[in-house]
Amino acid sequence: MNKKDLGLLALIVVVGFVVYLRNPAFLGPQNLANTANLIGLFGLFAIGQGFVIITGGIELSAGSMIALLGVLFVDLVGAKGVPWPIAFAIVMVLGLALGLAHGLLITKLKMQPFVVTLCGLLIYRGVARGYTADATAGFPFGSEYPGLDFFVARIGGIPVSVYVLAVVAVIAWFTLHRSVFGRYLFAIGKNEEAARFSGIRTDVVVTSAYVICAGLTALAAIFFAMYTRSVQPSSQGNFYELYAIAAAVLGGFSLRGGEGSIVGVILGTILLQELQNLVNLLGIPSSLNFAVMGGVILIGVLVDQQWGVFRARRRIAEAASVREERIVSSE
Amino acid sequence: MLDSRDQEAPARPFLKLSAVRKTYPGVVALAGFDMLVGPGEVIGLVGENGAGKSTLMKILGGVTAPDSGTIEIDGAPYAGLSVGGSMKAGIAFVHQELNLFDNLDVAANVYIGREPRRGGVLNLVDEKQMRADVLPYLKRLGANFAPNTPVAKLSLAQQQMVEIAKALSVNARLVILDEPTSSLPLAETDKLLEVIAGLKAEGIAVIFISHRLHEIERASDRVLVLRDGVLVGELAKAEIDHDRMVKLMIGRDLKVAYAAPKLGKGEVVLAARGIRTAAYPTRDVGLELHAGEILGLAGLVGSGRTELARVLFGVDPLYAGTVTLNGEPVTLRNASDAVERGIFLVPEDRKGEGILLDLPISENISLPDLDAYARSGLVVPALERVQAEQSRAELGIKAPTVTTRTGSLSGGNQQKVVLAKWLAMQPKVLIFDEPTRGIDVGAKAEIYRLMRGLADAGVAVLMISSDMEEVIGVSDRIAVMHEGRISGLLGRAEFSEENVLRLAVGKPLRQAG
Repeated sequence: MNKKDLGLLALIVVVGFVVYLRNPAFLGPQNLANTANLIGLFGLFAIGQGFVIITGGIELSAGSMIALLGVLFVDLVGAKGVPWPIAFAIVMVLGLALGLAHGLLITKLKMQPFVVTLCGLLIYRGVARGYTADATAGFPFGSEYPGLDFFVARIGGIPVSVYVLAVVAVIAWFTLHRSVFGRYLFAIGKNEEAARFSGIRTDVVVTSAYVICAGLTALAAIFFAMYTRSVQPSSQGNFYELYAIAAAVLGGFSLRGGEGSIVGVILGTILLQELQNLVNLLGIPSSLNFAVMGGVILIGVLVDQQWGVFRARRRIAEAASVREERIVSSE
Repeated sequence: MLDSRDQEAPARPFLKLSAVRKTYPGVVALAGFDMLVGPGEVIGLVGENGAGKSTLMKILGGVTAPDSGTIEIDGAPYAGLSVGGSMKAGIAFVHQELNLFDNLDVAANVYIGREPRRGGVLNLVDEKQMRADVLPYLKRLGANFAPNTPVAKLSLAQQQMVEIAKALSVNARLVILDEPTSSLPLAETDKLLEVIAGLKAEGIAVIFISHRLHEIERASDRVLVLRDGVLVGELAKAEIDHDRMVKLMIGRDLKVAYAAPKLGKGEVVLAARGIRTAAYPTRDVGLELHAGEILGLAGLVGSGRTELARVLFGVDPLYAGTVTLNGEPVTLRNASDAVERGIFLVPEDRKGEGILLDLPISENISLPDLDAYARSGLVVPALERVQAEQSRAELGIKAPTVTTRTGSLSGGNQQKVVLAKWLAMQPKVLIFDEPTRGIDVGAKAEIYRLMRGLADAGVAVLMISSDMEEVIGVSDRIAVMHEGRISGLLGRAEFSEENVLRLAVGKPLRQAG
């Protein structure tokens, strides 16, 4: 954990404590489990978004993908009677295929990530709505999910989604921060040309990042479908890509690429869900939800950057006054 | 005040520095520096990196103030200048990295920030007026482009002319050219030297800073040599001599002394035949690289040298032709293919393509061969550091530790890091594209030594260079390119500046008489 992550953790604890003082229900088992479940769901695809942002890219279609894949999963299982493991596999493969398509459009056909994924955002939302003719896709068996209960079950009071996130996060941490592939991701984010000139297959690496992102988003889509129990294609997952991007930015990712950590993006997700929860618990009109979130992100990033500027200045001032350092004249 | 512009005062220097001293914590950047610059005088300023040139420029540009000493401009004394004050006093800079907006046209660049306006509510820019105003400056410089030409369409030398036109338009009386020729091809360098002569004829003084001593020799009326913040030598026109400057700069003799290969010309390692590149899709180019040999590749910028190198390294597509390595045909679809086969490139754009400035030295070195530093897919930083320590010792990379950010190193040491990452991987063919651009004399010699060492170890070395001294001093053979073709191959007996230049511009060699 670096200093940035510790700062974020401190903020989460302080905000949590203040909310608890105002409304003790914040730490009630029911509220904690609900919030944890949401953190699990949002964390999954926020980690995916992190992989893409590290390369200097962006994935704007996550929310629409969650709607489309969710509709599909519910329809396959509920209406078409497909056994759920097969439906699960179909949705995952389709998700990975969408990620592959994004990656190839970006690396092989040199389209900009923003454009490709913006079109994805529009297309998948449209297809999701068209697929059900704008009707809500739901399960015929009411609130019971035969054989599917474990998606929304709790083990030891903790939702399954949290366990899944924990496993995914550990794997993602090793992948991003310790593996050869992770090093390539950072290198490409810092300077794609230099990475390419070092013999790295940058196109393969970047495409993989989009595939990973889409895969995690597909997994999240299934969990969301099970969580909401029915999928309204026009609203499911709306703005979710922005939650993921916001979590990454709060967690110290640079949208220019090459900077960020798994711990950071998870802490970012936790803070965002805590803020959502705060709006509910403190009786703030829920219509102000986005305003609170936007304000906190703005202030958080601002404080973080200004603090960095301040520290850099202080370091230079100290060095200038204390240490004798040979100044190598710049060329 | 500074109103003596029209007076005739040939004796009075335009700029006079007396005992200018500037120290930074722990280092004396300038130790009592004196300098006189007369109107219309061209001063060559040379010195290694860290000699104090940059500090001097910062003081003249008003970026930093001297600790003591005086600056006299046109008779008016200053303790220190401000950026605005320096401009008002008639000092203009043309930096190595041009500060032009390549999405705007020439006139807009010259008048950026002070555009003539039409008035009225919208106060629109008066484009017509602006273009008319720029025209005379372009004429004075002998420019062959129009004021409405987009800067992106100009060559580097032409872009420098735009910067100089900007200087003229603010009535500069002293133009400081900082490494103006380091990225210029040969023919364009001549053009720039003409422009300098033109400025001189108009009574405008020029300070010309360059690592390319031949150009300093040609252009300067007087040369000042700085070393460790001290003026160690002043050479009058007649005394300006390449060896003398180098000796003063580094305090000892140093030539690009040709070192003959130990092994002699070996087998052909890499052969390229009938290559067509994107730059010249209708022309075939080919060459053969032998083990143990340094082949110099000369030619004007734009002759297709860099494109050929990029094709051989796999980063540009091969439109036609074949490449064989040790007799086997190879397919190079990307840099990864080339790297796997031991064909490496030290690119021209060191900061953009050679290294990752933000990464530590050790991570730059391990990057192309990262799997070798990993156990079950996870990178082991200790292994990276061991290799980096070894490279640091072998190549003499000057850095506090191997985890130092590569961007904080000097140009020469950055280049050694680029080299280190390839040397750690057993190269078969090493292509250098402008290997010593922007690198000081001492570091240059070390790079040449490393190149020779590689050749002696059996590596085939291809060196693309626009630096005539380097091409002639380092190569075992020289191939010269002209408009997409090899226009001639020279053996050492035929090496001369004239021969290389003639081939580079597409003329036949003179028959030896």
